[in-house]
Amino acid sequence: MEFYRSHVLVCGGTPCVLEGCKGVRDALIAEVKRRGLDREVKVVETGCLGPCDLGPVIVVYPEGTLYQKVHVPDVPEIVEEHLLKGRVVTRLVGEGLQAGVVKYEEPTYLGVQERIVLRNCGVIDPESIEEYIARDGYRALAKCLTEMKPEEVIDAVKKSGLVGRGGAAFPTGLKWNFTARADADQKYILCNADEGEPGTFKDRLILEGDPHSILEGMAVAGYAVGADKGFIYVRGEYGLSIERLGKAIEQAKALGLLGPDIFGSGFSFDVEIRKGAGAYVCGEETALIESIEGNRGEPRIKPPYPGTEGLFGKPTVVNNVETIVNVPPILLNGPDWFRRFGTERCPGTKVFTLTGDINNKGLIEVPMGITLRRVIYEIGGGIPGGRGFKMAQTGGTSGGCLPKELLDVPMDYFTLPEHGSALGSGALLIMDDTHCIVDIAECFMRFFEHESCGKCTPCREGTARMRGIVGKIARGEGKPEDLDLLDELGSAMQVSSLCGLGQAAPVPIKTMLRYFRDEFESHINDRLCPTGTCGT
Amino acid sequence: MKTVEELDRIRKQAQAMTRLREGKETTRIVVGMGTCGIAAGARETLSAIMDELAKRNIQDVVVTQTGCVGLCEQEPIVDVIRPGSARVTYGKVTKEKARQIVANHIVNGQVVGEWVIASA
Repeated sequence: MEFYRSHVLVCGGTPCVLEGCKGVRDALIAEVKRRGLDREVKVVETGCLGPCDLGPVIVVYPEGTLYQKVHVPDVPEIVEEHLLKGRVVTRLVGEGLQAGVVKYEEPTYLGVQERIVLRNCGVIDPESIEEYIARDGYRALAKCLTEMKPEEVIDAVKKSGLVGRGGAAFPTGLKWNFTARADADQKYILCNADEGEPGTFKDRLILEGDPHSILEGMAVAGYAVGADKGFIYVRGEYGLSIERLGKAIEQAKALGLLGPDIFGSGFSFDVEIRKGAGAYVCGEETALIESIEGNRGEPRIKPPYPGTEGLFGKPTVVNNVETIVNVPPILLNGPDWFRRFGTERCPGTKVFTLTGDINNKGLIEVPMGITLRRVIYEIGGGIPGGRGFKMAQTGGTSGGCLPKELLDVPMDYFTLPEHGSALGSGALLIMDDTHCIVDIAECFMRFFEHESCGKCTPCREGTARMRGIVGKIARGEGKPEDLDLLDELGSAMQVSSLCGLGQAAPVPIKTMLRYFRDEFESHINDRLCPTGTCGT
Repeated sequence: MKTVEELDRIRKQAQAMTRLREGKETTRIVVGMGTCGIAAGARETLSAIMDELAKRNIQDVVVTQTGCVGLCEQEPIVDVIRPGSARVTYGKVTKEKARQIVANHIVNGQVVGEWVIASA
């Protein structure tokens, strides 16, 4: 066995790959070897560490020193100073993250977070099944297969209070129960990794950083409901996710953790990857199923729900990546452990992707019910340039926009809807006071008009009309009655659209009308854009 | 995989390899690697410590380096810090002495009194 005195973790998440982390990794390996340290220092490529805006990021253990924006020319200095002489290279530390953040585990950054889903992201080498096993990987599967009955597994998930993390917040245990009770010769587990919400990239970074946890969670779900086959439907653009998932499946099969008769229990499970072609609507579960079957990606009329009649007409569980990754720790530590995190109504954590006008952009995981204020000002490090906060959009483009008066609302799946918004998939888009609400509204509606699949009239026509009206207001041609028309149109779409796309498309506009009505009115009545963005 | 024991065995092996990322409180050996330390042979000292730990299959010890503490005369300097007890500083630690320190201090818990230059 090899014993190293230091591990250098190079973040290999997509944001860091784009900044050139692969070159940094290669340079580190070469320099460590040149200095004769290759038997003492191990360079490991890992999943996303979180501070995506500061890439390429590396962490040096045992000290846990976090270096940011490390490029190839910095490598010899890090090797000579830190790895050889033990002196931290201060110029590469703590610039972009809040001042003084030297260590990765610093209380002001990681300390506020609670990592269940991201427990292995940025800690293990995602291409090594051994490192996953070292962190209790596949132990939950072993426990389920050797000690628990399928009903007990479903019961534990029900008791944990886990709800779907893709956005709809449907209780996961209940969903499994529908499929478990259905009588069929074949059942399926589907992992929805068709993350299409603009601003959301958490599933991508989970897939890249900890692919085995998805396989394990799916196998547990398969055992619980009686399915022996799983599919991961992942966006075709997620090249690194697909590559690492593929490697993970191969490794799991080689060790017999996927395949026939796992742990001698008689339970068999296999996973295959299916690539999506980039349609937003395919994140909707029935459109996703159509796409896997080789049909055009359009939603089905429900009921029947996939739980009883899904893929190829068979009972199918469709779970989001983050939901599935929550499953192994829940079973290993018990539902009571899980309920210690988050709120009474909504236990557990939520992974957010922080984007927009915020200092520490990236991937975070926090307890459910945390306030927007803490996320923005503690973990996010505030708004650049000392500018004022204007709004935050929660849940991606189909989520609502919250004004500064709601900075202290607890964020969970049940509280945000009371304010007209939604937690959704976990995108948090922060905007400062230089942005115009009407301009943003038009941008959002243009997206929905483009992505509407056209199958049902309310969505196809509604998104186009809403975009038209908002555009008119932006150009200074709006009429006072347009605002009520937008509201009415939105309500009609919410109740009559076939799937979540059309139902959620009006949400951002409706919350904007609720909280920022004065800005629309000044565009209409005074022909004036308060921020000077629109050409009124 | 047919048994849970098989999984446990892989886990234990793999845990030993990744322990140092967990940030848990363990015994630390700190080698002075300033220019003075390196000139006095600290590289060989550190290699000997690594080698001795590997040979004895000791995994719960963290080996790090530090800069010059100002006692260049005594280099190579090695600190042994065990959780709950005072730091022990050894001076003029050659590679042979280093192996002795691992055997006596780390394995058997006996401080090698004659080489200690400070203790706090």
